[in-house]
Parts: sequence; structure tokens; C-alpha cells
Amino acid sequence: MIEAKDINFYYGDFHALKDINIKMDINTVTAFIGPSGCGKSTFLRLFNRMNDLIDKTRITGECIVQGENIYDKSIQVDQLRKKVGMVFQKPNPFPKSIFENVAYGLRVNDMGDKKIIAERVEESLIAAALWDEVKDKLKKSAFELSGGQQQRLCIARALAVSPSILLMDEPASSLDPISTSKIEELIHNLKKDYTIVIVTHNMQQAARISDMTGFFMMGELVEFSETKKMFLNPEKKETQNYITGRFG
Amino acid sequence: MKRIKRILERTIESILTVSGAVTSIAILLIVIFLFKEGLGLFKSPSVEKGYSLYVNSKNTVNDLDVEDIKHIYDSEVENWKELGGRDQEIKIFRFEEIFNIYSDEELGKDYSLLPEKLGEVIIQNPNIIAYLPQQYAPTDIQGVKALPSKDISIGDFFGGREWMPTATPSPLFGVLPLILGTLIVSIIAILIALPLGLGVAIYLSELAGERTRKLMKPTIELLAGIPSVVYGFFGLVVLVPIVQKVFGLSVGETAFTGSLILAIMALPTIITVAEDALRNTPRDMREASLALGATQWQTIYKVVIPYSASGISAAVVLGIGRAMGETMAVLMVTGNAAVMPHSLFEPVRTIPATIAAELGEAPAGGAHYQSLFLLGCILFVITMIVSITAEVISKKQLNKGV
Ligand SMILES: Nc1ncnc2c1ncn2[C@@H]1O[C@H](COP(=O)(O)OP(=O)(O)OP(=O)(O)O)[C@@H](O)[C@H]1O
Ligand SMILES: [Mg+2]
Repeated sequence: MIEAKDINFYYGDFHALKDINIKMDINTVTAFIGPSGCGKSTFLRLFNRMNDLIDKTRITGECIVQGENIYDKSIQVDQLRKKVGMVFQKPNPFPKSIFENVAYGLRVNDMGDKKIIAERVEESLIAAALWDEVKDKLKKSAFELSGGQQQRLCIARALAVSPSILLMDEPASSLDPISTSKIEELIHNLKKDYTIVIVTHNMQQAARISDMTGFFMMGELVEFSETKKMFLNPEKKETQNYITGRFG
Repeated sequence: MKRIKRILERTIESILTVSGAVTSIAILLIVIFLFKEGLGLFKSPSVEKGYSLYVNSKNTVNDLDVEDIKHIYDSEVENWKELGGRDQEIKIFRFEEIFNIYSDEELGKDYSLLPEKLGEVIIQNPNIIAYLPQQYAPTDIQGVKALPSKDISIGDFFGGREWMPTATPSPLFGVLPLILGTLIVSIIAILIALPLGLGVAIYLSELAGERTRKLMKPTIELLAGIPSVVYGFFGLVVLVPIVQKVFGLSVGETAFTGSLILAIMALPTIITVAEDALRNTPRDMREASLALGATQWQTIYKVVIPYSASGISAAVVLGIGRAMGETMAVLMVTGNAAVMPHSLFEPVRTIPATIAAELGEAPAGGAHYQSLFLLGCILFVITMIVSITAEVISKKQLNKGV
């Protein structure tokens, strides 16, 4: 289970997240929607402590992942990041071969010998529905893949280190409709093994793939409920306006 | 309106095309000129133009190569025996000496009898060697033999171990000591500057705080703009005595001093270019690495450095380019001895320093002049090899990764 308790987050003086409380169950897909700049990415990046990399940021409250407050001093950030994988908005493969991209996380974490790595790379590529397209050119540069393939490679890369949670920040926003539907199908299949948190601007996408949906606005979590309910019968006026396109 | 705009765009387009073409052609012409002038050397005679060497026709030696000639005139070889001739002491005869033997009257009006008299001298002395202007040469005289004049050979140039372009009668254009001098000074300089420069670049781009970087970057960029004479002066006044003391040498002007000053000069370029390249790595890329549980160091050497490989190799090429092509500073601190370098702590001379020092006094079109152009060509080829190599390496890095 993932939980946020009274989270407040600041970029310098800017109060980006205000009193957020939320609980997400394992093996579910949670989608965050909301107008641009409302703090979705900021919130997502709290769970693998990516915001630590930005100067002058400050957080209060607790982020609990598998029973531990990940902002506790005893937490080792690289161990946490192994557990909580991330897929970014733009495909960002490393300047390496396809194989080495997927093997990267295994290598930096010393996870197994050559044979184990090769197996794990194959499993991950299969899980990311990319294996058939790349199995003959694993040694080729990752940059030779199409955008959609690159994004699935990035997903395979994240899966390789066997995380239990997968954070995805608009993973399909730079892709064409066919690639997008492949990713959506993939997310659907990954749900049984992973807990997925996804940020999206595409309302239909959120409706299609998620179990729960959270609506953010101006740094606040306005509404959080079952996806069906959210889209058919939202509680709040702001949510209603946003979903029906009268806002944003 | 629209038509005027289109015409304007067309004009700008053609101006750009033309200027691009002109620049490329100009560069090509410069290179062609360089090589044309330089390769002329191999058509020059190995003794000065208009002069020849003459011996007594009883002398069994039929030709001499440039090294032999030099040894004779340096009195290092004093007997014909050593050159495969008879056991006779070599007697060097200089053209001017004829005026001590014969009076102006005996030499005839307008020196018309000069060739004949020169011939007599040669006939009387079977062990003689005479270096004479062809204009007064004793040609067609029985008992006198002209040594065949040879062109300077490619082997003499690239294989020669002595650079004495102003030696008479036959200058020596052995370029080996200069090439070696250049390579040694540059390689050591790069070995010093590269790790240091990359280290500082990594520190600045990855580890230093915003304040430190804002302070250091402009300072370092400023250093890159200082004229090399100033560095040379610094080297002469500061480095030379230090090297002399630390290594207990009799002179401080050595190859190593040159390397040091070059390293210092190349550092700012390497640092700024490499730092720019490192910082150009997209934030996405670093975050992706960190998000997989990599440490900051793993991210730097497994992702950031491979990603910026082409920029880093540009830094290397620019650094090496500066080292190879640098003239003044090196001229000032290496002691400028065109001899085969045997150790790092001896004076050497580099190719650019040679060109700078000698081009002014080499008569245009002469062998010496041409040889300096050829040196330029060699430098050009070396730099080209370096940049091609760097290009290939960085391509490999980018494709394969580490
Ligand atoms: N590095 C940063 N420094 C300062 N302010 C930031 C930084 N990153 C984001 N912000 C601010 O925090 C707020 C939330 O940003 P965030 O990126 O989380 O929005 P978002 O909901 O993901 O928007 P989008 O849908 O456009 O991606 C924005 O107002 C933004 O200006
Ligand atoms: Mg965002």
C-alpha cells in the first residue's frame, strides 16, 4: 500500500502541494488528472524521491511505501528507487544498446551474473511487449527504435529491477494512437504484478485504464475516488467542470 | 509584398550558399597551396641550386649522399677511405681560395679563365673536393669529375635524424627530431591536461554548487583567451627555473617544461568545452539513471560521460590541437634544439616552433622554404589524424556505450 499523509511541498517559496492525503492499494492502477501546473508530476515524483534532485525544495508530512516512511533518515534512496520504478513523459533511453538499456538497472545494482542478466532482460522485454520487435537487434543502439518502441524499452528498463510500484508520468503523451493503445494494453497487463500510479492529460485514457482517479487543482487533491464514479458522478463542482471540458 | 519577401528570401539563401562555397574553396586552395609548396622540396637538388661538387677523376668515389657531404664539411670524415675511396686525406677546396692562388689578371677578363684554372687545381690534387658555382665550373675538362647532383629524397626527409637547413654545401632536412619533439611535447601535455581537465569539468558540472560554478566558469574562460606569449613568458620566468631545480638539471628549458606549459594552456579549453558537453546531457537521462537506483557516480560515468562523448572528444581535439599547433610558448621554454630527443629533460624543438623561427630567414622558393611548408603539411596531417580518431571513438562510445 502507498499512502501520503498531510503532504506539503515547496519549491523555494512556492507552495506546490497542499495538505495531500491519499491511500492507494496494491495491484491497482491509480490515475492523476488535472490542469497543467497543478502539481501532478510533483506529487508523483515524491514517491521515488526524485524531487530531492531539485535545489531548494522542502517537504513536510509522510510518504509511506510498504509500511515505511520513505522520507525517514534511515531510508537508502537507491534501494527505494529500486522498489519504485519510474517511466518518464518523453522516452529517454540511454546512449547504449537495447540490451544494455534494459540491463542497466541490474548492473548498477549488482543483480546477478551474465546469465541471470540475459534472462532478466528477455523477461522484461517480453513483459513490456517489445521482445518480438527487438530480439534480433539487441546490440543495436536504442536510438534506432521508434518513439513508441523507445517508450516500451523504458518500461522494460524499469521492470528489469523488479520494482513493486511503477510511477508513470504521461507515458503516452508523445506517442501516436497505435503506440498509445499498446502502452495502455501493457499497463492493463502489468496491473496484476505491479502497483501503478500514472499521470495523464487524457481523460479517456484515465477512464480506460485506471481503477482509481485523483483530480488535482492548484496543488490540492480536490477529489479522489473510483474511476467510474469520478467520471459518471463526480462529487465536486470543479471536477465536474474539468471533466466536461469547461475548465483547463 | 509577398513577391518582394520571396525575392529577399531567395537572395539571402543564395548569399549563404555562395559564402559557404567560397569558404570551402578557400580552405581547399590553402591546403593545396601548402602541399604544392611543400612537395616541391623533393624536386630540389640536395646541394644548393647552381652549385655542384667536383673531384679529381682518378678519385674512385662516384657519388656522395647528403650525410656524407655534411660529414666531410664538418671534418667528421677526413679520409676518402671511409667513403669507399683510396686511402687519401680529404682536402676541402673552397671557391674563394682560387683568388689566393691566382691573381685577377691570370684569371682573365671577366674571369673567362676561371673554369680552366679551377680545373688545374683539381687535376693537381687527387684528394680534393671542391664546391663550385656551376657558372664557373670546370666542365668538359679532362681529369675533373662532377659528382652527380641528386634530388632530396623522401627517405632523407622523413628518415633523416638531423635538421640543419642552412648547412652548406648540402643542408640536412631530417625531420625526425622535429616530429618526435612535437609528439613527445604534445603527448605528455595531453597526458597531463586531459585527466585534470576532465576532472575539473566533471567537478564543475556535476558536483560544484551553483555559486562555485558561476564564479569559476568565467574565470576559466578568461584564461583561455590569454595570448600564448604571456604563457610563454610565465613559463620562462617561473616554470623553467622550477623544472631545473626540481629535477636537478643544467638547463630548465626541456621537453617536459614545454609539456607543462602546453598542458596549462590547453586546460581552460578542455575544461570549458567538456563542461558544456557534460551539462548538455538532458536532465531526463540523469533522472532515468537515478530512478533505477544508480548512484550519482554510476550515473556520471555510465550515462553522462557516454552521452557527452562527442562533446568531450571535441574538447580533446581542441586541446590536442592547441598543444600541437602552439608556437610561441613552446618556442620560449623548450630550448629549441633540433636534435633527436633522448629524454624528457633535454631541449627539443617542435614543428610549429621551427616554422615560426625559420620562415622569416628562409629565402622564398628555396629548399629550406619548401621544407618548412612540408613541415606545415605534416602538422596538418597529424592534426587531421587526431580529429578523425577522436570522431571515430566518440561515435563508437555513443552507439555502444560502456
Ligand atoms: N523545478 C521547479 N522549480 C520551481 N517550480 C517548479 C518546478 N517544477 C515545477 N514547479 C512548479 O510547481 C507547479 C507544479 O508543477 P508540476 O510539474 O507538478 O505540474 P503538472 O501538474 O505535472 O503539470 P503538467 O500537466 O503541465 O505536467 C507548477 O506551478 C510549476 O511551475
Ligand atoms: Mg507534469
